Formats: sequence, C-alpha cells, structure tokens
Amino acid sequence: MTGTILFTIATLVALGLLFAVVLYFVAQKFKVEEDPRIGTVESILPGANCGGCGQAGCHAFAEGVVKAPSMDGFFCPVGGNPVMTKIAEALGRAVEEKAPMVAVVRCNGTLANRPRTNEYDGYASCKVMASLYAGDTGCKFGCLGKGDCEAVCKFDAIHVDPERGIAIVDEDKCTACGACTKACPKGIIELRAKGFKNRRVCVLCVNKDKGAVTRKACSAGCIGCGKCSKTCPFGAITVENNVAYIDFNVCKLCRKCVEVCPTHAINEFNFPPKPKIEEKPHEENV
Amino acid sequence: MDKLIVSPSPHTHGRESTQSIMRDVLIALTPAMVVSVLASGWSALILILVGVAACVLTEFLIGKYMLKRPVTICDLSAAVTGCLLALNLPPNAPWWLIVIGSVVAIGIAKMTFGGLGQNIFNPALVGRVFLLVSFPVLMTSWSDSGAFFGFADAFSGATPLGAIKEGLANGQTLSQLTADDLTLSQSLFFKMGGSTGELSACALLLGFIYLLCRRVIKATIPVTIICTVAVVSGIFHLADPDRFTGPLFNIFTGGLLLGAIFMATDYVTSPMTTKGQIIFAVGIGLITVFVRYFGSYPEGVSFAILIMNCTVPLLNKYCKPKRFGEVRK
Amino acid sequence: MKKTFRIGGVHPDDSKISAQCAIEIFPAVETAYVSMAQHLGAPATPVVAVGDKVKVGQVIAEPSGFISGFVHSPVSGTVKSVGPRADIAGNMVPHVEITVEGDEWMEDIDTSDTIVKDIPYTPEEIIEKVKKAGVVGLGGASFPTHVKLAPPKDKKAECLILNGTECEPFLTSDDRIMRERPQEILIGGAIMMKALGVTRGYVGIEENKPAAIASMTEAAKEFPQIEVVVLKKRYPQGGEKQLIDAVIRRQVPSGALPIDTGAVVQNVGTSLAVYEAVQKNKPLIDNVITVTGRCLPTQHNYKVRIGTPMSKILEVAGGVPEKAGKIISGGPMMGRAIANLDAATVKANGAILVLTPEETRRRPESACIRCGKCASACPMGLEPWLLNKLSRAGGLQDELEKERVYDCIECGCCSFTCPAGIPLLDMIRSSKAEVMKIMRSRPKK
Repeated sequence: MTGTILFTIATLVALGLLFAVVLYFVAQKFKVEEDPRIGTVESILPGANCGGCGQAGCHAFAEGVVKAPSMDGFFCPVGGNPVMTKIAEALGRAVEEKAPMVAVVRCNGTLANRPRTNEYDGYASCKVMASLYAGDTGCKFGCLGKGDCEAVCKFDAIHVDPERGIAIVDEDKCTACGACTKACPKGIIELRAKGFKNRRVCVLCVNKDKGAVTRKACSAGCIGCGKCSKTCPFGAITVENNVAYIDFNVCKLCRKCVEVCPTHAINEFNFPPKPKIEEKPHEENV
Repeated sequence: MDKLIVSPSPHTHGRESTQSIMRDVLIALTPAMVVSVLASGWSALILILVGVAACVLTEFLIGKYMLKRPVTICDLSAAVTGCLLALNLPPNAPWWLIVIGSVVAIGIAKMTFGGLGQNIFNPALVGRVFLLVSFPVLMTSWSDSGAFFGFADAFSGATPLGAIKEGLANGQTLSQLTADDLTLSQSLFFKMGGSTGELSACALLLGFIYLLCRRVIKATIPVTIICTVAVVSGIFHLADPDRFTGPLFNIFTGGLLLGAIFMATDYVTSPMTTKGQIIFAVGIGLITVFVRYFGSYPEGVSFAILIMNCTVPLLNKYCKPKRFGEVRK
Repeated sequence: MKKTFRIGGVHPDDSKISAQCAIEIFPAVETAYVSMAQHLGAPATPVVAVGDKVKVGQVIAEPSGFISGFVHSPVSGTVKSVGPRADIAGNMVPHVEITVEGDEWMEDIDTSDTIVKDIPYTPEEIIEKVKKAGVVGLGGASFPTHVKLAPPKDKKAECLILNGTECEPFLTSDDRIMRERPQEILIGGAIMMKALGVTRGYVGIEENKPAAIASMTEAAKEFPQIEVVVLKKRYPQGGEKQLIDAVIRRQVPSGALPIDTGAVVQNVGTSLAVYEAVQKNKPLIDNVITVTGRCLPTQHNYKVRIGTPMSKILEVAGGVPEKAGKIISGGPMMGRAIANLDAATVKANGAILVLTPEETRRRPESACIRCGKCASACPMGLEPWLLNKLSRAGGLQDELEKERVYDCIECGCCSFTCPAGIPLLDMIRSSKAEVMKIMRSRPKK
C-alpha cells in the first residue's frame, strides 16, 4: 500500500517539476516585450472598455498614450480629469484639464407635448422605426422612444421614461462616452459641456420643419422665430433651418433666451428656483 | 377608427405558436398515457398529474421569484416535460420521486440555462437520469397492481433489458433467456415490463403519426435513430446471436420509441438543419446500441440523447442549410 | 408534377376575395399629385412650372440619372404647385400638383381599343419607346424597364419570363388583366423578346388562377414562342429568383443578378404597359389597383390614374371601415403599412389592403424555441434565427456578411412562420442595409 502511495507521489512530483521547467522556458521564449508603463497606465484607467475615448479598449488606450509623444488627443471620458492627471503624473507629462461633458437629449416631445398620430407595432428599435417611416408623431425629427440609446449605454445613465415617451439622461451616471450619440438614428443626442455648477441651457428641439408645421406637431418644439438669437447678449445662439442652437462654449448662462422663447423649447438645467413665481411648463430637472 | 397601425412587413402571421406546438405534443402523448393508465392503474395517472403540476409549479416559482421575469407557464412546455418525465418512470413510483425529478428537470436543466430555448440538455431526460442514478432500485423495478381489465400478467422485477443484461453477465445465452419471452405482437400491444411510457409501441406510433400530420416534427430524427439501431444491432446479432439481441427486440424495448419520437425531436436540444439532424440521430442510435451491448447500464437511450445534446451547438455551427445559388443546373 | 422553386416557402391563406371583381375605371379626381419618386433610383426632375397647362400623357419630369425615368401627367389641367408632399411613410418627396380640367390626351396617343399585333420596330427603337413612356417594373420594385431590357454587353439574355404568379394573398390585379387582356400582355411579351433578342418566352401562373391560365393559354396559341407554365401555389413564387428557379431550374448565384442565369423577368402588368407604350404611344399613367380586405363592404379592382390620393380611393370604395386597423399599400407579406392616407398613388402601387387589428396586430414576442422553421421557410436558404441574433447583438457586420445577409429578399417567410412571434425580418432588414452600405463603400478590385 505504502509503496503505491510513495510511487504515486513521486511520479506526480516529477511530472510537476517537468512541466514547470518546460513552462518556464516556453514563457521566456514567447515573452512579449511590453513597456511596463503601459501596464501602469492601464491600472489607472477605469477598465470599462467602453470605447468612449475612441480607442479599442483600455489596453489600446494605454498603449496609444504611452507610445504617443504627448497627451494630445487622448482623453478618457469615464475617468475624466482626475484619471488623466494621474496618468500624466505617471508618464511625467503635462495635461490640460478638459471641461466635463454630459449627454443631452435635445427633444422635449413627450406624450403630452407631441401627440401620437399612429401606432407603431414593429420591433422596439429606434433604428428599425426610423428606416421604416417618419415616425408615430407629426414631427419626424424627434425622439422615437424605443430605447436604442438605453440598450447601448454601459453606465445605466440613459433611460426611456414610459410616462413621457422620450429618453432622459441621468447626469450623475453619464460619463459622456458618446455611445448613445452614435446609437441614436435621429442624431438627437449631443455631448455638451456640463457647465459651471452643472448648470446649462439647451434648445430641446432639432426639428427643421417650418414653424407652423412644427407647432402643429409638438407644443414644445422650436419654431425658428429667432427671438432667442436676438435676445442673447453674447451671440451664442444661431437659427438655421428653422431651429435654434446654443453654442455651449459661448453661453454665459444668463437665461434671457429661456424667458423669451414662446414655446418653451429652451430649457435650463440645475438652476436654483427663481424668486418670483413664473409658470414654466415642460421644464426638466430644475 | 383608432389610430392606424404601422409596422414593417410582414403584416400577417402563420397559425402556429409555441403554445399550439406544445399542445400538439401533449395530444400526441395522450395515447401512450391512456395505455399506461389502463395497464398500470390509477398510480400512473397520479404520477402524470403530479409530474405536470410539479413541473409547472417549479417553472412558475423560479420564473416569478428568482428570475423576476414574466411568467411563461402558458406556453405549455413545462407541462410537456412533466408528461414525458412521468412516462419515463415506473408506473408505481412514489409521488415524491417525480417531484424531485421535476424540480431537477425544470429547475436545473432548464431554468438555470435561461428558460425555454436556452437549455442544452433535454430537461425530462436530465430528470430521469438524475433519478436513475440517485434511486436505482426504485427506478428499475415494477409491480403490477391496480391494472384495469386484467391487462398484464404480474410482471414484477426487472425490465426485459435489465433481465437480459443480468442474465448475460451470469453466463447464460440469449436463447435460454428469451425462451419464454415476448413475441413481437405482445411487445406491440402492451405486454412488457417497462416504464409507463414503454408499454405500448402502438400508442407511441399513433402519436408519431399525429405529430407528422400536424407538421410539428419531421420524420428525419426518429426514422434515422430506428434505422441505425436496426442496422447496427442487426449486424451484431447476425455475428453472434447468442450474445447480442436482435433489431426488433432493440427497437421495441426500452425507451427507444419514446426517446426517438418525443425526446430526441425536442426542438431546443436538437439540431436545426436536416444534415445536422441525421448526424445527431445516427449518433444516438450508435450510442444506444453500444451502451446496451457493452455498457454497464441496461438502457442506453437516455444517455445517448444527453450525450448527443452536447454536440448540437457544434452541429448547428457546421451543418448549414443548402443555400440558394449553390444548386446550379 | 407542377413546377415550383426548390428551397423554402410558406403557404399563407389565398384570400383572393376580389378575384371575381372585373376591372372598373376609377372616376376622375379633382386634383392629381404626381410624385417625382415613381421608380427606383434618383427622383425625376420636373420640367413644368406653376401655371403650365398639361395634357394626359405629357412629359412633366425627366430622368435625373442612369437609373431614373420619365414621369407623365395622368390628367389634363393646370399645374398648381411643384414642391414637397408627404408619401405613405410621411417622408417629404417632390410632387407636381395638377388641378384637373377635362380629359384631353396628347395627340400621338392611340386611345382606341384595337389590338395592334405587328411590331415593326427595331430593338433599339423599342427600348427608346419604353424609356420615353416611363415604364417601370409593376411587380413592386419599380425598376426602370428600359434599363432591364438592355442588359450590359457581357451578359447575354436567353429567355423572357412573364410573372403572372401574383403570389401575395389578397392581390388580384394581375389575375384580372390576364383574364381581360391576355392578347395585349402577350404582344407586350413578344415586344420585349424582340428587344432582348431572345426566342423563348414563358408566362408563369400559379395554379390558383384557373380562369387566367385558361385565358392566357388560349391567347398563347398565336404565340408559339411563348409557353404558359402552371406553377404550384407557394409564396414567394413571384420572387424574381424563385420564379427563375421554378420555370427554368436555374438559381441566381449569391450576390449576382438574375441576368446571370440568362433570364429576364417582367411582371405581366409591365408587359401590358410595354404594349401600350410601344403600340399605342401611351405612357405609363395608370395601373390596376386591388382594393380589398375582409372588413370592406365591397371588393374592387380599380384602374386608377397615378397621383390619386389613397384616401380618395378608399372613399369611392365605400369608405374606411370603423374597425380598420392597418391599411397596407401592397400585399400582407411585403406591402408597406400606410402612415399617411392622403399620399398619392405611384406607378407601382398594386393594391390597398385594409386589415382589422385582430388580423394584423403582432403577437407578443417570446423566447426562441430553436425549432428551425424559419430556416426551413427561407427561400434563399439563409438562417434567419442566426441573422436576427447577430443583428440584435450589434457590431457583428462581418459575421452577418459571412452569413450572406445581403441575399435576403425580405419576403417575410421567416417572421410569418416563427411560432414564438419573433419579428425576425425587422432586424435582418436593418442589418442587410448596413452590410450592403459597407460592401458598396469598399473600393472595387
């Protein structure tokens, strides 16, 4: 009995040693030489592999930024400025701080504002619906509400609200990786600056139809009247193709445009409530 | 008029649904179930009812409370598993045996993989094999009390396959063992010791014809399995008639007909193309025969089907249907 | 043993409830809205301006590319506006709006009923006449016919197949024209055969149209070069590739065009339009439209001028019933659901089908049971369950290309068959478009 056990142990130990030696030599022969800094940078990165930086995953980003001469063109939206500063430190380079961004769904065509004119009975995909026809409302530019953006978001930051019928961004979770902007077949979602104290002003409409057509389709749509553009003291607003657009780099958050917009298409986010009582229908996230 | 409905084409649908298919399978199983109740009494009926109830309840509870998904018991697939499991057990098995089997079949073999359509192994067979391995004595002995209309001679003890395997192991020859054995007509029309569903080849064949007429299954898999078993066992039997049982015996005993018609043709666990199905069926036939002849278990169909279930993803990947444009004249 | 195609196919109910309705001339309208997008390819360019007076058959738009076509006025009157108007999907498309005054035709058009049998034109003249008449494929695809009748130099046409199968349920317009005007269809066929330089012609008709088969067979006695072939009733028998497989047993190779098998397929309605264009100088300005549905009080086969609003057609047919759910332009398998009923008809519109919600609402989707029925039903031998799974996963365009998603003919057999109610075709169609866009953008070797 003991002889069998001893023999078994001896054989297994010998096999183990043999494999260890073989593996050692194979590992040495097939070793991939990699700059150790790549590993360091990769460990600093959040590891979401979301592709928001434009690279093919966190390892590719690490490789790219180590091999590049400077930090230009490399920014991890998920990690943001803290992570980029750490990486710059690790590589002994300087980095510029970028303004944090957030995704904004530029449509306020809720079920209440934008009545449905037909019933869509196909597969619940915005892509399928957009290629089929002009949509189930009178506005063919607006949010279809079938959730392609929600399906593609890795951070649980955008959801289609069943009561409102449009996509809503949770700005605490949004990392501005840009996946939803690419997924939206209507091009409604835009990455905009998060703003001073997370405050921003945005035109929630991308409808290019003439004002009368827009108004008939949606009570919160931009009719291209131009009042906002004339009122803005900083020239931040342009009206093109019957729709207004606020340049977030120029906007100083004075909110004069919000007051004058006749359809309340321009909305403000995260401002403290104004002292006088004003009726502001269709407002979000105040 | 309400708002117009708009959707991509097609705008109409065929008549089949998952529920209608499962309903057809249940109807096809009815002759076999009726025969087993007539031959074995109320205990068989109780077994079937308890099996169905246990399967449906397991699927309901797991789906609703563990997976928190919409309940899917209305598609009747759990009921089908319950019936098949009941037909795979000896008719006088205790009720708790089939409850355990149902929980294993639905809970482990189906729901852990993700529910209907996601499982790799046939749930009823997983349940059966689990019970066979855990309760070997209960699963392989029969007594015949409670039969209606005096159908069977009291036939307690092992199944024909079991008896033969034991006998051969003890050095007897086949001719000695089958001396007072069943004629073909007896096998066809009920008289065999066997699990509930094996009791009547005729009833099973009726179900098979019904499924073919309703276009629920194609004949490919059952026919190929039976032919493979017939050919392989025929060859062995000719080579050594005293050691190896013949093709007719092999086709009509054990769960071969039940397995070939109802278990191997399960959509989820069988290949989707004809080429894959033929390879699948040949494999089942071969393994069945080899387990019966050379394996330590008397019955091979359950194991054969489960083993070939593993190969199905591979068969689906490599056996593609004939493409339009590949045939050219 | 009747012929049919070899792979896949399904058997939806015939529902040919309008088959006994003879063709009626649709009453004149007050305004015609003629779309510039009457064909595959680039929309035509209008050549009339507001205030111009036009006659029936006058050119109002010219082709704007190689795959484009002429558009003619279907009415006589004054041009009221030239601008965008919504089509059946709600998308804005350029239209010419004409206020109708009388029914004056262009002088060179022969409006008599006499059947002209002689074909004194050369192939080039035929193709030019077909082009000038704005004839497009009336089987649904609207491919400009003159382009199809002049295949590239390296492809040789061997035979012409006229498509009289009308495999879509409910549709009966082709059935009626085969019963009422068989000679003219066959003369059109002979004209096209002359243009293509082929000596063999076939007319494929499904066995569920015995009167049409009899009528065409009788008329074909004078045309020994054209053979009437009776086909089994099976959808999609009328698919171009399936029809070629059924009639001459040749399958179009993957990614290739039907001309590669030597066959040119044309719908019988197109053949009739070619006859009228070449023998009567009449451009394509009207089409037979089946107006049908079980909830409609009466069924009709109207001969409608293009540019008629669909709401007007339904009004004349008895009005849209209260229980209508979906109104389809075309058949239930491949037709397009109408979102905007005021849209005007175009050349290739062949039917308006009204379905109740019970008949058409999709059942809720449930889990795939891996039955493989979709693959058995696919006439192109594809695996819809796999294509759907890859499409929903996203980002797998190279896998989809390997699985030949571009061969999908969008017939709908897969979605029709799926017992679990999975809308397979919805996503497959979407990824087919994506993959074909990627393939087209590759530099040609």
